[in-house]
Formats: sequence, structure tokens, C-alpha cells
Amino acid sequence: MRDRTKFSILIFILIFVFIVFFKGLYKKPTYYPVSELKKIEFNKKIRTLDNQNEYSIFEITNNNFFLVNIWASWCAPCRDEHKYLVTLKKDGVDIIGINYKDKVSNAKNFLEKLGNPYKEILIDLDGTNSIELGAIGVPETFLINSDSKEIIKKYIGPIDYNKTVEILEIINEKKI
Amino acid sequence: MKKKFKNIFFILIVLLFFNSSTYSSDQLNKITKNLRCLICQGQSVYDSQSEFALSMKVLIQEKIQEGQSEKQIYNFLKDKYGDWIVYDPEINQKTILLWLFPLILFIFGGLLIARKLSIK
Repeated sequence: MRDRTKFSILIFILIFVFIVFFKGLYKKPTYYPVSELKKIEFNKKIRTLDNQNEYSIFEITNNNFFLVNIWASWCAPCRDEHKYLVTLKKDGVDIIGINYKDKVSNAKNFLEKLGNPYKEILIDLDGTNSIELGAIGVPETFLINSDSKEIIKKYIGPIDYNKTVEILEIINEKKI
Repeated sequence: MKKKFKNIFFILIVLLFFNSSTYSSDQLNKITKNLRCLICQGQSVYDSQSEFALSMKVLIQEKIQEGQSEKQIYNFLKDKYGDWIVYDPEINQKTILLWLFPLILFIFGGLLIARKLSIK
């Protein structure tokens, strides 16, 4: 009798362990940190790429919503997403570029070749401004509400067609 | 006499300067060793040479020089990146079980041993 209970406990434990590992097989191995805090308290004035002015990110546009896009000329996925940013600009979205750890001459060449979708470009030579915004690398795009100064949506990695549709939907929905 | 004073003053200033700089780099190392490098899994910010980690070190150095405490810096980063960025999880409602579980196991094991011994 005692052996039988021991045996069934053993089987139960084995099944439990099997289920745990089996479920773990299909879990995505990459983890992106989620922060509950959405409000941006970052008002530092940052130099622009043309070295003419200094702005904080909230001083550039009067629209209710705007995008902040972190990019660099050396970053290949940024090249891929660039055409979508250009179409977003044509649809009337204000995009603020943050040029991440880049050479000014390279950044200017990049924009000459592929077009400039940005309303204003701020430079981030040592990467600290991007960290203040909560970014982990390039490319990264934030949809920000300028009234509440909150991040509505955060895209880690390049923008694609589906994401541009989503961005436009969010902006149009909230406008009405 | 005047010269002596001057010398002592000079040495004091050098000592002060030396002390403060080593203090802040110790502090920097201590903090960055407890921070997870988010884009290079399995490494701390201290160990990593990725762009993210390098910028992080610059930023933390700035914050230390501004006079912010370790706790303030952790809170600032937790707001931005979530609790996951620190290796040492803080005790709160979500993590209380994590902290208490080893203790519970220890007590349970102790009870088991005590029972075995008393049976003998």
C-alpha cells in the first residue's frame, strides 16, 4: 500500500515537471522589459543636427501626437524603416529624429539619399538622451501625446507597413 | 611657517581630490554590477561593452556627480525599464514569496531532520 502511494506521487511529480518544461518549449526566449510608468519627465534641451538650435522634445511640434524616432546612419534596420517614416510624414505626422551615436556628415548623407522625414533632428552623441527616454537601442520609435506627455505606444525595432497603419489609426481615433 | 601651511594645504587638496574620484568610481562599479544589460542577456552593464551599456555608464557617472544616491538611480532606471533591470530584486508584494521561499524550505527541512532524529 505504501509503495503504491509513493509510486503515484512520483508519477504525479514527473507529469508536473513534464508539463512545465513542455510549456516552456514554446515560450519566446527574448524578453522585453515593460515599464508601467509612461510619463516622460525629460525636458533637457538638446542640440539639433544642424547645430543651430537647442530644443526639448516637447517644444518642436504643436500637434496632439508626435513620433520620436531614434536612428543612426550606421544602423541597417533604420535604412529599411526609413521609407515608412517618409510616408508617415506625408500623412501629416510630425516626427522628431534622435540621431544616435552618429557622425554628423554621415547622418546628413543618409538623409540626402533617402529623404528627410523629420521635423527636427536632435543629436545624441553619448546615448544618454535615449536612455532618459527609456530606449535600449536603434531603431526605436515612440508615439507620444503632447498634452499628457505620455508614451502611447513604443516600437522596439524597425517600423513596417502594419505599424504605420496602426500609428495612423491611433492618431485619427483620438483626434475625434 | 607660511610655506609649511601651504604644503599641508596642498597635500590636503590632493588627498581630497583623490578620495572623491575613487569614491565615485567605486560607486559606479557597484551600481553597474547590479544592473542587467538589457540587450546582451546574461551580462551586467559593468561587464558589457555594448552601446547601451556604455551610455548607461556615462549616464550613471553623471547622476553620481550630481549627488544622487544609489537608490535614486535605481528608482530612475526602474521607472524607465521596469524592475527587471536590477539583479537584486527589491522586497515588495510581487517578490515576497521569492524572498521567503528559501526560508520556508529551510524551516521545513529542519523540522524533517528533527523528526527523524527524535524517532531514532
